[in-house]
Amino acid sequence: MIREYTTTVEISGPLMLVDRVEGVAYEELVEIQLPNGEIRHGKVLEVDSRMALVQLFEGSSGTDITESKVRFLGRQVELGVSEEMLGRVFDGQGRPRAPFDTNPPVIPENMRNINGAPINPYARDYPAEFIQTGFSSIDGINTLVRGQKLPVFSGNGLPHSAVAAQIARQAKVLGKGENFAVVFAAMGITFEEADYFIRDFRKTGAMDRAVVFMNLADDPAIERIATPRMALTAAEYLAYEKDMHILVILTDMTNYCDALREISAARKEVPGRRGYPGYLYTDLSTIYERAGRIKGRKGSITQIPILTMPEDDKTHPIPDLTGYITEGQLILNRELHKKGIYPPMDVMESLSRLKDKGIGEGKTREDHADLFNQLMAAYSAGKDARELAVILGAAALSELDRRYLRFADEFEKKYIGQGEHENRDIRETLDLGWELLKLLPRSEMKRIDPARLDKYWPVNGKTG
Amino acid sequence: MIKGTIDKIAGPLVVADGMREARMYDLVYVSDYNLIGEIIELKGDKASIQVYEETGGLKPGDPVVATGEPLSVELGPGLVTAIYDGIQRPLDKIREEAGDWITRGISIRGLDHEKKWDWTPVAEPGMKVTGGEVLGEVPETKLVVHKVMVPPGVSGELTWVIGPGSYDIDTVVAKVKDGSGIRELRMYHTWPVRKPRPIAEKRAPEEPLVTGQRVIDAFFPLGKGGTACVPGPFGSGKTVIQHQLAKWADAEMIIYVGCGERGNEMTDVLQEFPELEDPKSGEPLILRTVLVANTSNMPVAAREASVYTGITIGEYFRDMGYSVALMADSTSRWAEAMREMSGRLEEMPGEEGYPAYLGTRIAEFYERAGNVLCSGGDRTGALTVVGAVSPAGGDLSDPVVQATLRVVKVFWSLQARLAYARHFPAIGWLDSYSLYTGNLKEFYDRNLGKNWAPMMKEAISLLQREANLQEIARLVGAESLSPEDQLILYTARSLREDFLHQNAFHPVDTYASIEKQKAMMEVIMHVHEEMSKAIKNGVPPKVLFDLPLKESVARMRYIPEDDLSSIENLKKEITSQVSKAIEQEQTA
Repeated sequence: MIREYTTTVEISGPLMLVDRVEGVAYEELVEIQLPNGEIRHGKVLEVDSRMALVQLFEGSSGTDITESKVRFLGRQVELGVSEEMLGRVFDGQGRPRAPFDTNPPVIPENMRNINGAPINPYARDYPAEFIQTGFSSIDGINTLVRGQKLPVFSGNGLPHSAVAAQIARQAKVLGKGENFAVVFAAMGITFEEADYFIRDFRKTGAMDRAVVFMNLADDPAIERIATPRMALTAAEYLAYEKDMHILVILTDMTNYCDALREISAARKEVPGRRGYPGYLYTDLSTIYERAGRIKGRKGSITQIPILTMPEDDKTHPIPDLTGYITEGQLILNRELHKKGIYPPMDVMESLSRLKDKGIGEGKTREDHADLFNQLMAAYSAGKDARELAVILGAAALSELDRRYLRFADEFEKKYIGQGEHENRDIRETLDLGWELLKLLPRSEMKRIDPARLDKYWPVNGKTG
Repeated sequence: MIKGTIDKIAGPLVVADGMREARMYDLVYVSDYNLIGEIIELKGDKASIQVYEETGGLKPGDPVVATGEPLSVELGPGLVTAIYDGIQRPLDKIREEAGDWITRGISIRGLDHEKKWDWTPVAEPGMKVTGGEVLGEVPETKLVVHKVMVPPGVSGELTWVIGPGSYDIDTVVAKVKDGSGIRELRMYHTWPVRKPRPIAEKRAPEEPLVTGQRVIDAFFPLGKGGTACVPGPFGSGKTVIQHQLAKWADAEMIIYVGCGERGNEMTDVLQEFPELEDPKSGEPLILRTVLVANTSNMPVAAREASVYTGITIGEYFRDMGYSVALMADSTSRWAEAMREMSGRLEEMPGEEGYPAYLGTRIAEFYERAGNVLCSGGDRTGALTVVGAVSPAGGDLSDPVVQATLRVVKVFWSLQARLAYARHFPAIGWLDSYSLYTGNLKEFYDRNLGKNWAPMMKEAISLLQREANLQEIARLVGAESLSPEDQLILYTARSLREDFLHQNAFHPVDTYASIEKQKAMMEVIMHVHEEMSKAIKNGVPPKVLFDLPLKESVARMRYIPEDDLSSIENLKKEITSQVSKAIEQEQTA
């Protein structure tokens, strides 16, 4: 049953209040026909026995009170899913997005509610399989595993787009010829950025195994609320129905949160910190928690949300609440970026909470954990020495401190730093770690099991 | 049954019309999906209902049915090893019924009503009984004997008790005659979650909850029946501490409430606890654990209920005379759920949008903890509550942290700075406190000897002096400090690195008995005394600090519990090394 009304009584911001409605359901999808014939979409945000409050996805410009027709469609916001989505570019509502995609719409295999349903914690399988991203600073230090949600905390002007594109290009699971695909959702990014991703995906062939959802900076902000959910619905379909391993990249979550704030403000809700609604945590969790693995199902969803921290402030509500939900974070550092190191990964402040179960024998290599601990200890000592050198002058450093300082420099340059098209496999990353440790005296290797030390750094090795 | 209709839907809040006779906090079924909800406000004919499931697709005019009963849990055999959602629906059964995703309108009872349990009667006919009297026992798991009790509020003469045998929980196991007639008692009863279960008497905690975590047991101990709070920014290790307590605390029952946290963390607990052994019995830890999991993406109203579900189950086991420990991770998410409902009700907000009654609710919750004399018998039980708090931006002025600190007696302050330096558990020794030290002194005097308390005092004062000295050392360099002050820095560092720091992932270091803690502390303080003497004798600090004893002190933590004598033997070794240094100094 389609019910059409022209009883709009109020339009304010992205919200429309429709009077004297009947049988309207909460969250129902709405179509609005403008006086000029244009069709807009929205959903029911609140409903009582008289009125329905409708949120307009494409904004309210051009709508009016007297002539706009509001149709309630009797279903919730849905996405038509199919394997044909691979290689396609959609807008924030799941329609082909010109100029990136000029093909006809995909014929759906079935329709899915974009809100999804929470995974039963009892049905989850603990993520434990290593994903190789080709970045030493991720694979070696803050290892990503299948089913994890690991955000990138970036800042304005930092190369998070390049990092994301490179991960999308290079990510793979070791040793198995399994089906891997990328679902990419862009929220409020510029045309240039979007174009960069699409070109990069096309050039490197990654596009054939990618599904892209695009909401650009000049697209309606409110559409951004639906975009990540569209992307995750596609991802869930591919992962759990088609047994694929899906990497979901969401950029930029800051724009998403701002759109949420806009609606909240329009509804005159009591604001929480910095004007964001009090339910921001709950709302973000319904996006991030859709990552995971499920017992008895082959596919998986790994998420890399990207967000730009306003003023590089980690305590801003968006990174703060994200950090409370996700399993670690990768932080890009402005200082490293200024030194010309790409990717400017702050390995000390970054953290992958699920790393421990994804590394070691049979997954990466037996020496991984020890090597990681030793590298971190050495890098930390090297940074201390660097600070000391600033205060006292390099000449005042002891011989050992000087070697640590050199280690820190080389570590940043060679281990963290790599080329935009350099794809290191895990063996290379681990061997590089050993090579760098050899800048230090062997007696300093306190975090490494002696037997392993003998194996990877025999006593008659180069430096002793 | 009161039947009404939906008037308004806004997120998890549904307003229903025609509900004049309904009572506050009554359980209701909403729409034809039978979504479960609870009445949280009444205004004339209208009732505001918080719905524990997704409300998408509901329409004004849909039916609402009030059951006339408050939100309750089923208490009886079958609780242990279970994993529930926020309103006591078993997640394993939900999966059997609905698949891998939690869909709506699933109604499953909290306990298995078909399973048979071995019953042994304890009470005898003719006895006068009141609520809490034990009727019989059921060996529920290898670690927990379930005591079936007379439900609170029932009293009279016991006229009949069923003989030993194997029964399901619906079986009538006893009959009690009271003023109004004969009451049939089953192996289980229900109890409303928001109402504390009655007790005979509350007492101050007398024994520590030994956790095997050195910084906690030695410096900031928690009493059995006490309350503690662990606030900290993300990444500071709140969850690891909660897991460590759930694993190693010497409680007989553990209730773990995952309130609005990560799904994978609950999976970790689910996969790890059946494999981990209880240090005392050697049996899997899951055999003494009840899990309540309402992850962040599950409906927000059920999250609000989950801490009450957890604590009611905790009180029930406490009533059996057990020492129960409840971990709630994280109470901030519970408070946020309250805030969300309050916002939808358009209540006047207090601080940062939280409702004005936030402090009251938090205080009421923690007040349900306690070391008690159980009603209906001369048993004592204890319910200890540890709540994690996740303050926004790690800022302790957060309203939830402040409201919690007003009621709890132990504060473990997690610090990002320590976590960043990979010092775990990242509990700051200068800011944290425990107000139980006085209550527990007698226990420690009795078990660890009279010199424990003064030794700890000295250790804390060394750490405090370190903090002051470090500022000076930063300006003038550590070498310019007096030898005595250098020694303070040395010992404080040893306290931090060799005692306070503990590796949760190392098989031996993950747990230290209080005896081991004492032995380790004695060694560190012994080093301090011996070196003090040496410094008085003019030995340069550098010589002392380079002695090989440093290595053995650092390795103490890895010495297993059955070899504590080798920690004590270290003292002799230390004395001899230091005396040798003094001799060499004097001959030179």
